[in-house]
Amino acid sequence: MARASRRRRSWKVASHLLLVPFLVFALFPFYHMALTSLKTDRELYDRAAVPLLIQQGPTLEHYVKLLWDTAFLTWIKNSLLVTLLATTLSLVIGTVAAYALARLRFVGVGAFGTGIFVTYLVPTSLLFLPLAQVVNWLGLGDSKWALVITYPTFLVPFCTWLLMGYFRTVPREVEECAMVDGATRVQALLRIVLPIAVPGLVCAVLFAFTLSWNEFIYALTFTSSSDQITASVGVTSELIRGDIYYWGSLMAGAVLGSVPIVILYVFFLDYYVSGLTAGALK
Amino acid sequence: MAIGHVGVAAPRPRASLHVRVRELLDRERFLGPAFVTPALFLLLLLVAYPFVMAVYFALSDSFIGRPSHFIGLKNFLALWQSDAFRQTFQNAFVFTGISVALKLVLGVSLALLLSQQLWWKRAIRGAVLLPWVIPTALSTLGWVWMFDSLYSVVNWTGLALGALDPPGPNWLGQRYHAMAAVITVNVWRGLPFFAITILAGLVSIPRELYEAAESDGAGPASRFWYVTLPLLKPVLAIVILFSTIFTFSDFNIVFVLTHGGPINSTHLFATLARQIGLETGRIGEGAAISLYLFPVLVFVVWAQLRYVRRQVY
Repeated sequence: MARASRRRRSWKVASHLLLVPFLVFALFPFYHMALTSLKTDRELYDRAAVPLLIQQGPTLEHYVKLLWDTAFLTWIKNSLLVTLLATTLSLVIGTVAAYALARLRFVGVGAFGTGIFVTYLVPTSLLFLPLAQVVNWLGLGDSKWALVITYPTFLVPFCTWLLMGYFRTVPREVEECAMVDGATRVQALLRIVLPIAVPGLVCAVLFAFTLSWNEFIYALTFTSSSDQITASVGVTSELIRGDIYYWGSLMAGAVLGSVPIVILYVFFLDYYVSGLTAGALK
Repeated sequence: MAIGHVGVAAPRPRASLHVRVRELLDRERFLGPAFVTPALFLLLLLVAYPFVMAVYFALSDSFIGRPSHFIGLKNFLALWQSDAFRQTFQNAFVFTGISVALKLVLGVSLALLLSQQLWWKRAIRGAVLLPWVIPTALSTLGWVWMFDSLYSVVNWTGLALGALDPPGPNWLGQRYHAMAAVITVNVWRGLPFFAITILAGLVSIPRELYEAAESDGAGPASRFWYVTLPLLKPVLAIVILFSTIFTFSDFNIVFVLTHGGPINSTHLFATLARQIGLETGRIGEGAAISLYLFPVLVFVVWAQLRYVRRQVY
């Protein structure tokens, strides 16, 4: 018995040791990013310095420069606006569509479900060229509003697919009880099904928020003026002048541009894990 | 039943508008289409229509700000005359093949480790998943700096450990090294998806099967081979299919890390399509390059619908 438990314990230690390379691989880029953003230029471009540590004292000069000398805060504001609106829009459209797919019988429901699933798999890089033309025709060329209406093209299929799975887990009987008591279907959805499916809704919101915040190719293609672009595009295009990379400010921008996602992530880690598997497995 | 219904309806010849809307909304045949209309409208306008346009562009000699003419399949065929496109075609398969294989092997290993008894389970899972949630364009920028030609921390570490010869490779400036760099970042970013999804598959395998195998004298290796792997197959199939389409169509990593260079050696369809379609203005050719992604999409959708999601519809 004692030997078995000792063996289990040493296997446990071994598992942790084997995980170390994976964790270093996953986390080192973030460490290095944060470190770079806090180094003085003198140390950054000193070939004799050790790149893994800060030896000549930390500095906030790159952050100061980023916040005061660039339009970074405007980009963050644009990102927030686009993300919040696109998420809200997609959640509403996705919720009603998912409810219809999960519960209602009508002509074409099967075809619609397949259609949603197919668009869920369409990568954004397949259609960005013609979509840029559509955006121009709608008069939204070089406008963040173009992003508000195009992001739902990948968010709605995702939300619909995810929520459909959650709605199916709500027992039909609960809803039927409410309708026997005189509630309409819409009331049953709002008062009975949605409250039960709150974990699914939280998940959908988190993923929609993350996917829109991180979106890059549409933002890069549809917007270009400094007052319309999002954080990802601003940091990767406006902070690089010609061939000159200001690494301190770039890394400061990368760190600050990730902050909203990291905050959500820390608080809702379990939802991310379950949403990731639900999205792929359902 | 029908007679009873008429009997109820007869006494009130004209229901108020409110009641009529209410009744209409309660009918599935009405409510269903009403509920899917917004999504349908959105997808028709911004997915189906652009797709038709992509096909039209690809079949024309479209150029930004100029009337276009139908030229049939010329764009698709002319692309094969271009070195850049042939190189891109090859890159796409090398990049996707190696990336997905690495993510699969590393993902299964990582998932097996994560399914063990761990002390800081939640923190470790959180750390593993992190590369997947951070904006890819921004984290890739961090990698550009890590692969810098003069101040590369990768080279510094390699030299310090004696694994590289001074001065160390110029990662983003030499063709094979650039491809290795792009694949590394893709694996870094995609591994969490593999690991966490496969972990979910692992956890759902009943414990009794392992106990039964163990009592039959199966060691860890044969338990993995004969119990874990067969039961994991459906999950692996989904993960591989998903990853294939999104790796094949990757844009962010290549665009930020190498811009397709040096000399097109890391271009993928999406980045080349952008360069040809937007930077040089030949939309027709750009759209044709994008459409080379379509067969992959069709294959993945077909495989998913046929083998994986048969039970859903």
